[in-house]
Amino acid sequence: MAETRLQNFTMNFGPQHPAAHGVLRLVLEMDGEVIRRADPHIGLLHRGTEKLIEYKTYLQAIPYFDRLDYVAPMNQEHAFALAVERLLGVEVPLRAQYIRVLFSEISRLLNHILSITTMALDLGAMTPLLWGFEEREKLMEFYERVSGARMHAAYFRPGGVHQDLPDGLADDIMAFADAFPAHIDDIEGLLTENRIFKQRTVDIGTISAEDAFDWGFTGPNLRACDVAWDLRKAQPYDVYDRLDFDIPVGKNGDCYARYLVRIEEMRQCVPIMKQCLNDMPGGPVMVDDHKIAPPRRAEMKRSMEALIHHFKLYTEGYHVPAGECYAAVEAPKGEFGVYLVSDGTNRPYRCKIRAPSFAFLQGLDHLAKGHMLADVVAIIGSLDIVFGEIDR
Amino acid sequence: MDEALEELGEYVLGALPEMVSGAEVAHGELTIEVNWDAIVTVLTFLRDDTNCQFRQLIDICGVDYPGRERRFEVVYHLLSLRQNQRIRVKLSTDESTPVPSATGVFSAAGWWEREAWDLYGILFSGHPDLRRILTDYGFEGHPLRKDFPLTGHVEVRYDDEQKRVVYEPVKLTQEFRSFDFLSPWEGMPSTLPGDEKAEG
Repeated sequence: MAETRLQNFTMNFGPQHPAAHGVLRLVLEMDGEVIRRADPHIGLLHRGTEKLIEYKTYLQAIPYFDRLDYVAPMNQEHAFALAVERLLGVEVPLRAQYIRVLFSEISRLLNHILSITTMALDLGAMTPLLWGFEEREKLMEFYERVSGARMHAAYFRPGGVHQDLPDGLADDIMAFADAFPAHIDDIEGLLTENRIFKQRTVDIGTISAEDAFDWGFTGPNLRACDVAWDLRKAQPYDVYDRLDFDIPVGKNGDCYARYLVRIEEMRQCVPIMKQCLNDMPGGPVMVDDHKIAPPRRAEMKRSMEALIHHFKLYTEGYHVPAGECYAAVEAPKGEFGVYLVSDGTNRPYRCKIRAPSFAFLQGLDHLAKGHMLADVVAIIGSLDIVFGEIDR
Repeated sequence: MDEALEELGEYVLGALPEMVSGAEVAHGELTIEVNWDAIVTVLTFLRDDTNCQFRQLIDICGVDYPGRERRFEVVYHLLSLRQNQRIRVKLSTDESTPVPSATGVFSAAGWWEREAWDLYGILFSGHPDLRRILTDYGFEGHPLRKDFPLTGHVEVRYDDEQKRVVYEPVKLTQEFRSFDFLSPWEGMPSTLPGDEKAEG
């Protein structure tokens, strides 16, 4: 019998691969069908967001946050708004806080629908995507009605939200919230007990809680390891401490547990949205300080002072007192944080964006080692990564 | 909340007096400053000590202060799930002094240190794989330094004759404008020239 030599070989996965969830170039060191080492090459979508923000006023920086995790834009704005508010020392009106929480949860639904259904698509199930995106479109319509844009809303501003909810929107969101659990049931009916889906996800990409801490995992990926940690409960911001909701946790820390956690989180979003709509008081949606918030259009027609404020705000912007702070929110993917350093001028001195996906992708090597090539697709899908925020 | 953080700051100062040079609470957040060569010891202490248990490394980033003698700050953010607290650890370094890598304490440090190297040129000693991470293959310079221009030095385009992407020096149709909005009105003296005559 002839002598055979076995050798590892490397394989290029992406950057143009539909299962890579963006522009991920993954260099895989393979031993046959088994992965020995996964080396993600990132930065193909690097736009220099942090550098650009240093050259913009605080208001002009907001749209960059929509473009980080473009699947759930408003959660990113939320972190930035909280950071600026903390440095400015302003208190946001209660109604604005409720609106922010309402739209944060809408964004969470947007994210989880996309995450679950595209993961299912990667594993060969196409129907959940088609059904899920119909609901996603309705949610984006709410975005559009409140901000004028389907995705890049720039709606949460330091000091509140840009505008109040238009007439009738609250009723429509309520109607959506009533109808939505049935759609979750539909998607679950296709996936949760599906034999193929379970074969592809159960016991694949398992990570222990210990390792999840070590690799900096947060959000649903950490909760899937049986760690009940959610910033909305642990370090509540805005009105999350007034709302009643549960934190689902998984048991095994595998792809299937991550999927189940997201499904249950979607169910928990619905009561939060309803509570926001029911408890929302009337009143202003922006701080009443024209050094930070622009005056209303009607006021500008009559008041010279309002006109000056408007001009100053949209050219120079406001000055933020010198200091530094780190504000984090529980974005749908995990802890999204903004580390803001101000030097007292109208532009941030440094704005570091802590993206949850960055840590997840770093942990991919740990998760994928020893698995088959096809499992990498399931792992990437279940980690829920978006390259807008990884590459920044 | 602030009191607990101040207590924690004093505790860390007391436990590691040689290495920690200051603890301060501002905006409800605790910041401690450490000597650059002691970072691994401090991080290990913060992770393992029962009163701290900062088991999660949230972030590492660089900040550039060109005016300072040691121009870079490296900022570590840690989170303790058990104590429900955050802590910020800062150290300062310069272009040539390597900071001991935290990869031995937290596996997650690897990419964030690569990012700090890529964007600021901060060196980390003992890092297993200190490659560039976000910028292009073969990129030169460290783009987040304050002396790196926003427009960059090169631009890329696809050259149809050479059938590949080529790099060229950046050409701007309009000069890059940075407006100085620091208002002259706030710098005005409270008395206008000539006003003193009214007094006399």
